[in-house]
Amino acid sequence: MTLKDIALRNIRRRKAKAGFVLAGLLIAVSTAVALLGLIEAMNRDIQQKLEEYGANILILPRTENLSLTYGGLSLGPVSFEMQEIRQADLVRVKAIKNAANVAAMGPTVLGAVEIKKRKVLLAGVDFQATKILKPWWKIGGTVPNAFDVLLGSEAARILSLKTGDHFKVNSSELHVSSILAPTGSQDDHLVFARLDTAQSLLRKEGRVSMVEVAALCNACPIEAMVSQISNALPDTKVMAIQQVVQSRMETLDHFRKFSYGVALVLILVGSLVVLVTMMGSVRERTAEIGIFRAMGFRRSHVIRIVLLEAGIISALAGVLGYLIGFGSTKVALPFFTGSNGIGVIFDPLLAAAAFAAAVVMGLASSVYPALLAARIDPSDALRTL
Amino acid sequence: MSYIQAENLIKQYGNGDAAVMAVGGMSFRIQMGEFVAVMGESGSGKSTLLSVMGGLNTPTSGQYLVDGLEVYQLGQDQRADFRREFLGFVFQSFHLVPYLTTLENVMLPLVTVKTNGRTKRSMAEDALSRVGLDRKAHRLPSQVSGGEQERVAIARAIVNEPPILLADEPSGNLDSKTTRDVMDLLRSLNQEGMTIIMVTHSPECAGYARRLLRISDGLLVEDVPINGSGGNLECWSNGVMENSEWA
Repeated sequence: MTLKDIALRNIRRRKAKAGFVLAGLLIAVSTAVALLGLIEAMNRDIQQKLEEYGANILILPRTENLSLTYGGLSLGPVSFEMQEIRQADLVRVKAIKNAANVAAMGPTVLGAVEIKKRKVLLAGVDFQATKILKPWWKIGGTVPNAFDVLLGSEAARILSLKTGDHFKVNSSELHVSSILAPTGSQDDHLVFARLDTAQSLLRKEGRVSMVEVAALCNACPIEAMVSQISNALPDTKVMAIQQVVQSRMETLDHFRKFSYGVALVLILVGSLVVLVTMMGSVRERTAEIGIFRAMGFRRSHVIRIVLLEAGIISALAGVLGYLIGFGSTKVALPFFTGSNGIGVIFDPLLAAAAFAAAVVMGLASSVYPALLAARIDPSDALRTL
Repeated sequence: MSYIQAENLIKQYGNGDAAVMAVGGMSFRIQMGEFVAVMGESGSGKSTLLSVMGGLNTPTSGQYLVDGLEVYQLGQDQRADFRREFLGFVFQSFHLVPYLTTLENVMLPLVTVKTNGRTKRSMAEDALSRVGLDRKAHRLPSQVSGGEQERVAIARAIVNEPPILLADEPSGNLDSKTTRDVMDLLRSLNQEGMTIIMVTHSPECAGYARRLLRISDGLLVEDVPINGSGGNLECWSNGVMENSEWA
């Protein structure tokens, strides 16, 4: 027989008390796990949704002058009539350290052209990349080929053009292959053509006005990527679309802080439950502790018995708490994120942290009751002696 | 030099007007192998004296030595070690741990001893066998009779073969037949060389001892040898001792 056997027998004997300690720890651990699991899953959900928002890094020519507002986002200064970026240089972006995080890169050439005696902004884009960069686009018609254009809804209305119409730009005849459904952005006022077509029409072969990069993904180090692209393209100005990143970070941070706060309160309440229950248990066992002391148990032996009991229950609470928390996250997640395929992932780090937290919480809350037990005067405990 | 030596032991509870002098300055010596009965009225201080002798209750003043060791000069841990190595306790209401089997209860004093589990188990089985309970080793205290519980308590007290056994009212909760069995067992242990100090109200039990310490109001009022015939109820009449040695 060992001290551990005594601890185990006592747990078995005082099932209600052990159950109460277990319940206190379980509620704290499982709720903390569920909250942290929800944060993680919602984080991934938000990331996924933000990825659908498209580009989040802009590469602009190193220039000054005009400020351009684009897509409702502040893009910083750009002058599309001035300097441009050499298209051939863009290959360097594929060589940056975090190149694997680049989901899409959309070079764009911009320039003013005259259509039906009206000045219009022509944008040459890579339609393949645009699918990723602007997933909200709804194109009525076919994706433009060479000498085809896609008209923004407002541009089509103002120019009185519809799908299938033809018009001339700088003596080149262009065909309206499709019209963009209203986006509520500046895209509605633009005429889009293939990049090479627009470069030819604007006489900007091999040059682009800006590049949009989609790099928003889990653990994407946006700031680091901005720095890497800046180094790869020293003549450009690279910037993250701060509004999106900051808003994402702030939203997540608020929720994370709130969850940590709730978890902390629950852990404190759980610890208090353990403390009070263990103190009650120690008081109930005064005579028994007196017997142990009379039999030659040192104070440290008594402390070890109490802490062993707390440790065994806490370890059990750690394992069960993680499993219950994990299950609760699975059940609760659809209510927070909708049915969009975001699942709960087994996180060994969270499992280990839950186990460690339960054990630390249980032991820390039992230190005082254990010391109290060790200080019991054996002669008081054994009043009959 | 005596094996157990108490010099002017004083134990006072409380202070000022509320002070209670449980042991008011007792001095005595006990040799190795003696069987001593401590008698006195309720509240006379005999249980306090036993707890002081058990290293469980620090006296207010005085000296208490066992085998030359000044017990209350030892630290808490050393005093726990002293209790484990020198003393066996038999409590009035047995004080068995209810959730441990009789065998496990007997093993309790060995839990903190650095010996392998098999040896400890064997020692506990031997002790249980000694008190005739080897067949009830795996029963809980609640599953055996009061007399058997007392014998388990004795087995626990002797499992580590301590030189001194302190017993507090070992017959307090037992019928006369079981009392005789328990007292015969104590006498047998004493005959093997174990020093036994027993607090009792019962003249019959005291009759098993060879020396009587009578206490009154915290003072030792009588210290006499007795014949240790024990169990001879005819020696007694209405609980009053008639034997000349006791008069």
